[in-house]
Amino acid sequence: MVDNLQLNPEGKLKHFLTIEGLNRNLLTEILDIAESFIGMTDQQIKKVPLLRGKTIVNLFFENSTRTRTTFELAAKRLSADVLSMSMSTSSTSKGESLLDTIRNLEAMFVDMFVVRHGISGAAHFIAQHTAPHISVINAGDGQHAHPTQAMLDMFTIRQIKQDFSTLRVAIIGDILHSRVARSEIQALNMLGAAEVRVIAPKTLLPAHVENLGVSVSHNLTAGLEDIDVIIMLRLQKERMSSALLPSESEYFKCFGLTEDKLKIAKPDAIVMHPGPINRGVEIDSRVADGPQSVVLKQVSNGIAIRMAIMAMAMQKKGTI
Amino acid sequence: MNQIHIRQGRIIDPANSIDRIGCVYIADGKIISVTNEPAGFKPDIIIDAHNQIVCPGFIDLSTRLREPGQNRKATFKSETAAAASAGITTLCLQPDTIPVIDTPAVAELIKELAEKAEYPQIYPIAALTQKLEGTELSSMLSLKQAGCIAVGNANQSVKNLLILRRAMEYAASHDLLVMFRPNDYWLGNHGCAHEGAVATRYGLPSIPDAAETIALAQCLELVELTGCRVHFGQLSCKRSVIKIHQAKKYGLNVSADVAMHQLHLTENDIIPFDSNYHVLPPLRTETDKQYLRQGLAGGTLDNICSDHQPHDLDAKLGAFPETEPGISTLETVLPLMLKLVVQHVITLEQGIAALSHNPAQILRLKKGALTPGISADVCVFDPELDWQVNSENWKSQGVNTPFWGQMLKGRVTHTLQAGKIIYSHRTSKSGTFIPFPAGEG
Repeated sequence: MVDNLQLNPEGKLKHFLTIEGLNRNLLTEILDIAESFIGMTDQQIKKVPLLRGKTIVNLFFENSTRTRTTFELAAKRLSADVLSMSMSTSSTSKGESLLDTIRNLEAMFVDMFVVRHGISGAAHFIAQHTAPHISVINAGDGQHAHPTQAMLDMFTIRQIKQDFSTLRVAIIGDILHSRVARSEIQALNMLGAAEVRVIAPKTLLPAHVENLGVSVSHNLTAGLEDIDVIIMLRLQKERMSSALLPSESEYFKCFGLTEDKLKIAKPDAIVMHPGPINRGVEIDSRVADGPQSVVLKQVSNGIAIRMAIMAMAMQKKGTI
Repeated sequence: MNQIHIRQGRIIDPANSIDRIGCVYIADGKIISVTNEPAGFKPDIIIDAHNQIVCPGFIDLSTRLREPGQNRKATFKSETAAAASAGITTLCLQPDTIPVIDTPAVAELIKELAEKAEYPQIYPIAALTQKLEGTELSSMLSLKQAGCIAVGNANQSVKNLLILRRAMEYAASHDLLVMFRPNDYWLGNHGCAHEGAVATRYGLPSIPDAAETIALAQCLELVELTGCRVHFGQLSCKRSVIKIHQAKKYGLNVSADVAMHQLHLTENDIIPFDSNYHVLPPLRTETDKQYLRQGLAGGTLDNICSDHQPHDLDAKLGAFPETEPGISTLETVLPLMLKLVVQHVITLEQGIAALSHNPAQILRLKKGALTPGISADVCVFDPELDWQVNSENWKSQGVNTPFWGQMLKGRVTHTLQAGKIIYSHRTSKSGTFIPFPAGEG
């Protein structure tokens, strides 16, 4: 089992690295606290002083726009000082090790690292080796986990569908390489979803995927039946060059979500996508921009959920 | 030279089917008698082996000492001290040193380093192909003449089967043993964990067992085609054991081994991202582990190797896939073998044979036995002695072991290499051996 690196001895959040090892109460608490921040974003003054005087460093070893921006906004709305570092153009490109980078930033008295890294396990590694007063939030590590994305999606689902226990959720596309999928599957199962179904060709599914607690379909038409929530995944272009798929057009023909295919799901099904969207590859524009799409809602909710998680991880030094 | 009397230990010598309490007599670097005291024997040193086991020194078929080329990880001095303290008296060195062991000059350098470390019984394995690149044959005969005991391509795959075929034919022409770790380059796909439930859950680049079994099956076909003698090293999965079993039954001239840690650890141990368990081939499933154990017990697997790979601290500090694979293993070989005995997987005699007699047979060396007349490579150990894996007890420069901090049972008390005591557990603070004068003890 994942060690309780993420929780302090009282069972409160210390780091947020993965959904695994957390529990339903804690996930619900995150959603509830995020809920309380949602109202706030409509106000004239969008700030609360929860993390005033705290320094948060966004360490992005991989490019990101949406995730980095929403983390930055979330930190600012909690009144923290934020430093965003794009590590691909920084000292790491000069050969500095991950640990040295962390140690140097620690020496500047920071309180929290928000980490995005291209290698699975990077956030765990930093959490294991950083100074004890520092919290680490995983903003995506390799193919392992992207737990804040999963939580903002859970938040969006709960806003619209309320009860998880009746929901059938389909995750469609490149499960093999997707940290989002792994975290979503864990979160949905922890929150008691009736079914999590993955739909993809075998080349895009990891070995023994059913062990993650999902049912498996290789056919979009059959797989979409009875589905309440559709989560589309981005298809990276390099999947074609590594012989996982023949072509974008064949992929779109088999697994692209079109208006016709969407009709197979329940009439009130919602369509989600963690972005960035490849229009015409995994999803048709008419669906992405259509009435059932909640893609932009996901983005807005990203700020509230990240505020909640950052505030909770720092709560030993204050109260929410 | 000294005469040594190892007194009243439980002698276990699988090669000669001996298991009894008795004495071993050594003179001029050779075993001169077991049990019966030779006439006129006047020992300079008496080793009291009461309540201890006396067996042939261990022979390891896959070791990395990191010299030449990577002495920030380990040195001949540090690792031969570790080997001596572990009862290991003969080491086969994998060719992936820097530079690669593909010229007689490098082989000679290794011999020199071994002499300097006062641990002469190090046998280089020559590269099968130049620079291990899998494209051109190495000068195998010259390398053999320079002291290489076998040829192999270490962890590098020979991607082109035609070149592998020719390398095997050429090796067979010079009666050279090929040491082969089966791994299909493409199916391995730069993975770092077993393709299974754990890698799937943690999003780790993975290696299917088929990467091993397909390469193994291809090589077995080439054994049939070329008549080459092949030893398959560090097998890790169930179907490899089955394939070797079938090949032996069919009459192919092959042998096989497993690394000690594969008999004790599984993919679950890497959870969540413990780089000390990052090893190649990767730790596989409980079923694979059970088959490997059965394979050893039933004789399909001939020997156990250490697959010793010491690292510096930095090599293991990083996100799991970015860390370097390998475990520092020499010093845990004996206690982990004894654990298999306690768990009734193998008998003590089988365990000792798997570490001494059997690898000697594979290398066609007159070693691995306590037969009068052969070199006195002897290990004396206390099977009941508990010790903790910590910096006080550890000699290897590589502390990259998942057993760090654990209590293990069984410790070597004396190691003799060609009749010379190269390790004694009873050492003074300055580290010099205090012999028991004859007539005492």
